[in-house]
Amino acid sequence: MSSSRPRVTLDGNEAAAYVAHQINEVIAIYPITPSSPMGEWADQWSAEQKRNIWGTIPTVIEMQSEGGAAGALHGALQAGSLSTTFTAAQGLLLMIPNMYKIAGELSPTVFHIAARSLAIHALSIFGDHSDVMAARSTGFAMLASNSIQEVMDFALIAQAASLESRVPFLHFFDGFRTSHEVAKVEQLTLEDLRAMIDDELVRRHRARALSPDRPVIRGTAQNPDVYFQAREACNPFYLATPTIVQNVMDKFAKVVGRQYHLFDYVGAPDAERVIVLMGSGAEVAHETVEVLATGGEKVGVLKVRLYRPFSIQDFIGTMPATTKSIAVLDRTKEPGATGEPLYCDVVTALAELGISKKVVGGRYGLSSKEFTPAMVKAVLDELKKTSPKNHFTIGIRDDVTHTSLDYDPEFSTEVPGTVRALFYGLGADGTVGANKNSIKIIGEETDNYAQGYFVYDSKKSGAITTSHLRFGPRPLHSSYLITKANFVACHQFSFLERIDMLKAAEPGATFLLNSSYGPDEIWDHLPRTVQRQILEKNLKFYLIDGYAVAKKTGMGARINTIMQTCFFAISGVLPREEAIAAIKHTIEKTYGKRGESVVQKNFAAVDAALSHLHQVPVKGKLTSAFDIRPPVPAAAPEFVQKVTARIIAGEGDDLPVSAMPVDGTFPSATAQWERRNIALEIPVWDEELCIQCGKCVLVCPHSVIRAKVYDEEFLAGAPPTFKAVPARWKDMKDRKYTLQVAPEDCTGCTLCVEFCPVKSKSEVKHRAINMAPQPPLREPEAANWEFFKKIPETERAVLSLSQVKDVQLLQPLFEFSGACSGCGETPYVKLMTQLFGDRALIANATGCSSIYGGNLPTTPFCTNAEGRGPTWSNSLFEDNAEFGLGLRLAVDAQTDYARTLVARLSSVLGDELAEALLTADQRTEAGILAQRERVALLKEKLEGLRTAEASDLLSVADMLLKKSVWIVGGDGWAYDIGYGGLDHVLSTGRNVNLLVLDTEVYSNTGGQASKSTPRAAVAKFAAGGKPTGKKDLAMMAMSYGTVYVAHIAMGGSDMQTVKAFLEAEAYDGPSLLIAYSHCIAHGYDLEHGMDQQKAAVNSGYWPLFRYNPSLAAEHKNPFLLDSRAPSVALKDYTYNETRYTMLAKGSPDQAKKLLALAEEDVASRWKLYDYWAHMPVNGGEKK
Amino acid sequence: MIDLAKTIDLSTTYLGLKLKNPLVASASPLCEDLGNIRRMEDAGAAAVVLQSLFEEQLEIESDDLDRFLIESSERSAESVTHFPEMTGWVRGPDEYVEHVRACKKAVKIPVIASLNGTTKGGWLGYARRIEQAGADALELNIYSIPVDPDVTGEQVEQRYVEIVQAIKAEVQIPVAVKLGPYFSSMANMGRKLDAAGAQALVLFNRFYQPDYDLESLEVVPNLILSIPHELLLRLHWIAVLYGQVKADLALTGGIHTATDVVKAMMAGAKVAMMTSALLKRGINYLDTLATELLIWMGEHEYDSIKQMQGSMSRNAVPQPAAFERVNYMKVLSSYSVR
Repeated sequence: MSSSRPRVTLDGNEAAAYVAHQINEVIAIYPITPSSPMGEWADQWSAEQKRNIWGTIPTVIEMQSEGGAAGALHGALQAGSLSTTFTAAQGLLLMIPNMYKIAGELSPTVFHIAARSLAIHALSIFGDHSDVMAARSTGFAMLASNSIQEVMDFALIAQAASLESRVPFLHFFDGFRTSHEVAKVEQLTLEDLRAMIDDELVRRHRARALSPDRPVIRGTAQNPDVYFQAREACNPFYLATPTIVQNVMDKFAKVVGRQYHLFDYVGAPDAERVIVLMGSGAEVAHETVEVLATGGEKVGVLKVRLYRPFSIQDFIGTMPATTKSIAVLDRTKEPGATGEPLYCDVVTALAELGISKKVVGGRYGLSSKEFTPAMVKAVLDELKKTSPKNHFTIGIRDDVTHTSLDYDPEFSTEVPGTVRALFYGLGADGTVGANKNSIKIIGEETDNYAQGYFVYDSKKSGAITTSHLRFGPRPLHSSYLITKANFVACHQFSFLERIDMLKAAEPGATFLLNSSYGPDEIWDHLPRTVQRQILEKNLKFYLIDGYAVAKKTGMGARINTIMQTCFFAISGVLPREEAIAAIKHTIEKTYGKRGESVVQKNFAAVDAALSHLHQVPVKGKLTSAFDIRPPVPAAAPEFVQKVTARIIAGEGDDLPVSAMPVDGTFPSATAQWERRNIALEIPVWDEELCIQCGKCVLVCPHSVIRAKVYDEEFLAGAPPTFKAVPARWKDMKDRKYTLQVAPEDCTGCTLCVEFCPVKSKSEVKHRAINMAPQPPLREPEAANWEFFKKIPETERAVLSLSQVKDVQLLQPLFEFSGACSGCGETPYVKLMTQLFGDRALIANATGCSSIYGGNLPTTPFCTNAEGRGPTWSNSLFEDNAEFGLGLRLAVDAQTDYARTLVARLSSVLGDELAEALLTADQRTEAGILAQRERVALLKEKLEGLRTAEASDLLSVADMLLKKSVWIVGGDGWAYDIGYGGLDHVLSTGRNVNLLVLDTEVYSNTGGQASKSTPRAAVAKFAAGGKPTGKKDLAMMAMSYGTVYVAHIAMGGSDMQTVKAFLEAEAYDGPSLLIAYSHCIAHGYDLEHGMDQQKAAVNSGYWPLFRYNPSLAAEHKNPFLLDSRAPSVALKDYTYNETRYTMLAKGSPDQAKKLLALAEEDVASRWKLYDYWAHMPVNGGEKK
Repeated sequence: MIDLAKTIDLSTTYLGLKLKNPLVASASPLCEDLGNIRRMEDAGAAAVVLQSLFEEQLEIESDDLDRFLIESSERSAESVTHFPEMTGWVRGPDEYVEHVRACKKAVKIPVIASLNGTTKGGWLGYARRIEQAGADALELNIYSIPVDPDVTGEQVEQRYVEIVQAIKAEVQIPVAVKLGPYFSSMANMGRKLDAAGAQALVLFNRFYQPDYDLESLEVVPNLILSIPHELLLRLHWIAVLYGQVKADLALTGGIHTATDVVKAMMAGAKVAMMTSALLKRGINYLDTLATELLIWMGEHEYDSIKQMQGSMSRNAVPQPAAFERVNYMKVLSSYSVR
């Protein structure tokens, strides 16, 4: 590397954005994992007034969807600006229509893609090439980067080539593996960018723009006579592109010093076996092939860089003439095709040139499945065979169609002399951030090459993060996870019980443990597996009580910089003093904006860390009687034992194809087997004080608090600590009441305690439910929980569903989700399942609710004793309302058919039964119960008849029972990308219920602003506070006059919330519930979530109301304002939340301005709603 | 009509500053606003004490911000962060320092800055920056509620002394110390602070005790503005301390009328500070007070404030015991007679 260019450590996303931001004028985006950070970088830099190479600040705009972003981008290009976007997966698919247009109009642009799996049998956020391959016929050129350095380089090369060729480019790199990998690279300078971008070409682009000063027409409609010819007119441009790209690469080599080609070969010059691929896998193959070739094997890897237009000549020219057999690896799957895309291209290339070589194709790495040197070797070894397997898979075990190749997982090409470190942290403890800083330090303060890659959990609380860090004196091509570590750090002692932490430790490695046990007692507290591995692998064992240091230095529970200091001291990568100085420097850079005291406290922690670090002499005896906990209990059903448990234990990679459902169908009710034990404290019921109001049950986000009223006889055999008291219901006072907590599933959010209205008269801090340490309670309460589950549910027919007190007795069919501790969305979802779950079909938009609702290994939706429960599916993001409508249309069609058949078979079934089935009143639980009995009777009768009609009716008989269709999602879906569909569904008048879990921001993808984000709140793409007000979705829906609309907030009024759910279901038409959901993205202790909801309501910010069209039919005002006039200042609500205070602290003048406008928003909207609530209605005055 | 203002001298000195009258606006949120400061000068205030810069404010707000930014990070692969980079920097004292600077530019009367804290923390370093911004003096509000039974009275007092010493080591401008009344030996405390270098003692801080909301069974903050009755406690101690300590004495709390000001002066105060009166009746009330003060002095034939200062202090009255148990017994017996 040239020494005049700065060396920086950054990830693929930042590298791409760094170049794109400087050579574009208009950037239109929509967030989607794993590309979102590119847009966020661009937005941040423009906010910081960073300019492009022409001296202007690029405009960055977040659109309502990727379709919108592509449209805006197309418009910007057509009007003469240089424009770009960043996307992945479904986002790229939504851009396809515009991509055809952009290519058809020969507009230069580069789309940067963090290539990701498409949603097929399942959604996946992880990386493969299925998205870019789906776009390969758009006419875009396609350039693949394999490493972070290449991402930076190719971002520039692509733009330069596009400007010259007029062909638009897709610049792609592997999602997560490259987009999120941090590495040390050489940063391109302003001069490099200026040298590569030809301003004359930019001027020509501008000259082609749509302009009234030299008007032209594009986007004409053409007829059969000329369309074909016009389509062929672009041929010369595509023919010229490969040469142009190579010329640009050559120019780049002159300017920067790195030489690339359309295809590049690494390996033995006389290779006989060659592997062809593109993306990060090529780096892995590079490392493998170098080692094997050095050992004498005649192998090589051909890296494809320019995939479209595919230059056959250059491809063949790069392949060694000695090549006998070729394996082409595709990171996508095209069922039904003769082969995957790259394989087909290679076969065609050879065929067209009449070259005969053995060619086989294989699939690898779908959805970031690991692709390792061992797998490369297996493929190369396969090529030795006379008939190597074609259409193989590598990296999995296919025991169904037997496509998989075997490989030896122990084969390693890790570069000797590299430090390979693994750090296990708890989500949100700052470990990943500290490790990113460590990579920066090592990369920038030493001559080492450095790489960091971070793996997260799919749960949002109690989650484990794993940081994979490599650094050493030689270049790193190791784009795969570390499985042989020489340093392992465990930042949370409790992890030792959950995972086999030292599995990846090499013999002689170092193990650093954070624990409050001292060096003299720690050994006996280690699980047996840990002791064994320390002994067998002769590990060096270090111990620190990070929590004590943190507490002492005022850091609370934050140990990340403490552990970071220990790592540097132990690894010795920098002299101690230098390391500490470097760590302090990154602390200032990372946390400085938050205030001096934060920086000083971190400094104190760093200074105090090393004096608390001890090396523990290893004694040499296996003393522990306990070990790592089994992932699921023995009582779990077969699928859970065989599949779910393996995934939970981190052994999912070992599951064969046969273990997987063929069509993406999974059983529900699996979360109950997980028992994560992540709460340090759980609630304890004070049965004497309790008034049995049911509020704690209502508010619990994870359904771990339940209540039952039952007959005393069911207490027989109760465990010794099981509590039961007389039920406080007028008509059930002879029965017993129990409130039970599931001790192993609680997350310790304490919302139940905060929401409990009862305070002890002798000690006000003591409520009817209080937190206590979990460990001593775990076993007795687990036994109580098991017993409690066996007690029958209270009969639904005797309950009054509109009372919160009765609602607590309804079984939730949604439990133990992976949502954040204290989540504001899940109580609403749970309530819906309590009221309607046994007959609910749920269409769920992509977002937090689809992740906690359906991210493997488990799902929280479950069934009642009769085996009924919600059926659920996440289709896509933008189509959720329509998908739900589809469910309703199908249900109605089948109900129609069932009714028709009943009428037709009336005489056979008995007229009385048929009549009752067709006229059943299913508006109440009792009514539904009665119809269930009738349908059961019907089925019995039908089974006796053996006619085709009877079989048909049997197959749709369940449709005679009322079904409840719920369309659920967050504000990202409802206000933005799915709004068009939502609006249309509302207009149809069909009987569907839409539940919008409004967190006022894109929570799942990391806090981007939506149209629901309120004025003055900070979010990504609104870093200076959202300048515009919140969209009033309720008002828009009410304008139809035929939609039931409710604005609800459980913490503002739990009764109104329940009422709204019931009214929505009862309304025979579309119902829209907009539910205030507090969220981690609001930035405060979520145990106060319900208090904030109350404050939101009392400040007038979130008025509670219902619009019920049924009332209009009765000549009443359909609009009911349920909350009172504002009684609390807006800032007394907002300034409890970081999303508002970070602006007030960092940019107080801006905050003041926006607050004033926000106050006006509240006042004017209240006036309007108040007016509506008192509006005279046809036929009478409403007072 | 005689122009009393020409014949009666309202001036006084405080912290080495020459003030045109003894009326000072004491530290309150009113003083956050530059417009209010100007209005106070226009209405006749001789000096202002700016709103307090709280020790906790600097740390807690910053720490909370940091805590929630970190707690919302690294949650999942899709949400490695939930917030964008902050657009600005948490400036904490910077804003306050700017405010001092701006006030000094806007008014001619002395501007006294106020620091409120209880530990010898980093916040003390801000004293120098406040001095550099031009503050004429510094008022230290050491508002500490010792609830730990292991902490002795002497330790509490020692901490006060150490804080004052630490501040004195940081700045050259005069330092006043605002105190609460609950010391076992007020006079001894006064002497100790004298020795530590305090140039004025401001008596007394008002302790805000929370109240109970019996319906919600919650402890709720309770802000009651001062009532005239509170004046007596302050008069008492100023009268006792006058002449016993070298530091100037300032009276704060309970000043609502011109006669209150007179009483303060007679007890031995150099200045009378007020907030509640201004909150209740507006900043222009200062002008009314000054006028009424002149009228009273004219009617009672006093030439100057300086003349009356300390005239009814403990050493200046015929029966000093009135300030001790005698008063207590008289009060009780007068009550029992009824």
